[in-house]
Amino acid sequence: MILKGEVDVKELVELFLIFMKIGSIAFGGGYAMLPILQREFVEKRNWVSDEELMDYYAIGQCTPGIIAVNVSTFIGNKRKGILGGIVSTLGFVSIPIVLLIVIAAFLSNFADYAIVKNAFAGIRVCVCVLIFNSVERLWKKSIVNKLALGLFAVIFVLTVLTTVSPALLVVISAIAGIVLSRFSGGKAS
Amino acid sequence: MILLQLFFEFFKVGLFSVGGGLATLPFLYNLSNTTAWFTHSDVTNMIAIAESTPGAIGVNMSTYAGYLTAGIPGGVIATVGLVAPSIIIILVIANLLDKFQDNQYVQSAFFGLRPASLAMISAAGVSVVKVALIDVNAFEASGQIGDLLMVPGLILAAVLYVLSKKTKWNLVVLLAISAVIGVVFHFAGV
Repeated sequence: MILKGEVDVKELVELFLIFMKIGSIAFGGGYAMLPILQREFVEKRNWVSDEELMDYYAIGQCTPGIIAVNVSTFIGNKRKGILGGIVSTLGFVSIPIVLLIVIAAFLSNFADYAIVKNAFAGIRVCVCVLIFNSVERLWKKSIVNKLALGLFAVIFVLTVLTTVSPALLVVISAIAGIVLSRFSGGKAS
Repeated sequence: MILLQLFFEFFKVGLFSVGGGLATLPFLYNLSNTTAWFTHSDVTNMIAIAESTPGAIGVNMSTYAGYLTAGIPGGVIATVGLVAPSIIIILVIANLLDKFQDNQYVQSAFFGLRPASLAMISAAGVSVVKVALIDVNAFEASGQIGDLLMVPGLILAAVLYVLSKKTKWNLVVLLAISAVIGVVFHFAGV
């Protein structure tokens, strides 16, 4: 199915505006925007589930391009098909484009200002807490048994301690999922 | 003509950089070597700016690089070029997934993918913690464990955690509070 339902301009505009908002507060990009996505789409609107978000991140991680853009396209597509995917991504990049052009034109030493450095150091603390909240919440939904816990531990250690490509890790865990679920009878859902 | 070239070059960056944000860096350095669009020190400055502005780091760097190369249209075109491959690839995958979502292999692949996805999200969290709450330099300078942790940051983190659990405050409010606290208490030490 190429377009889900008829082209609904009003809902596309809504999608654009929500992603515009997300793009303007997603400090730190891809992972840092996960808590915002949970708030906007899982809690407030019920458009996607936590599980789907995790799937989008897994795939967005091993496919080419920016993770935040990949995930935005996924969510938009889930909601409003191909046009939704395009509109969401354009909404997500809209504010940063304007902001970065203004900075490039007038404030090329933006990152050197003390106020910017201090504000951003504060924001980073907030991002830590928000990501922690997300992990806490997704834990129950993805670590469903000991095999899943083992897989989590292995991938976590490899990601933190080595420079193995995330794409490779994603492929390995998909294969592990297929092999392991033979033993455990485990399913994703 | 330069716009077409910009689109094409950034399309390639979007197509070949897997893993997001900083994965685009080697491509930008390479572009800086092969074209006269921007210098290496421009790229260094771009990283600093892209990391202290909202949005995805890779997107922000592309806008900046595009602007340096060809003004406002350049900034827009470079970014559109960067995200175009993502949009196409994800739309294709999403539609395939729709078709095969009931397939047993696809389901059991996700049984493995979800813990892995969470592990990578957690690892990203750890890397933010390392920058935001831990000061390895101060620890190495003094050798005292107490200097390893950034106490004001930890206090803020604890307060934010409680707020995020006990209130339904908008995330924008939490981010704004953190920015203000960061400025008032000189979190970056400057």
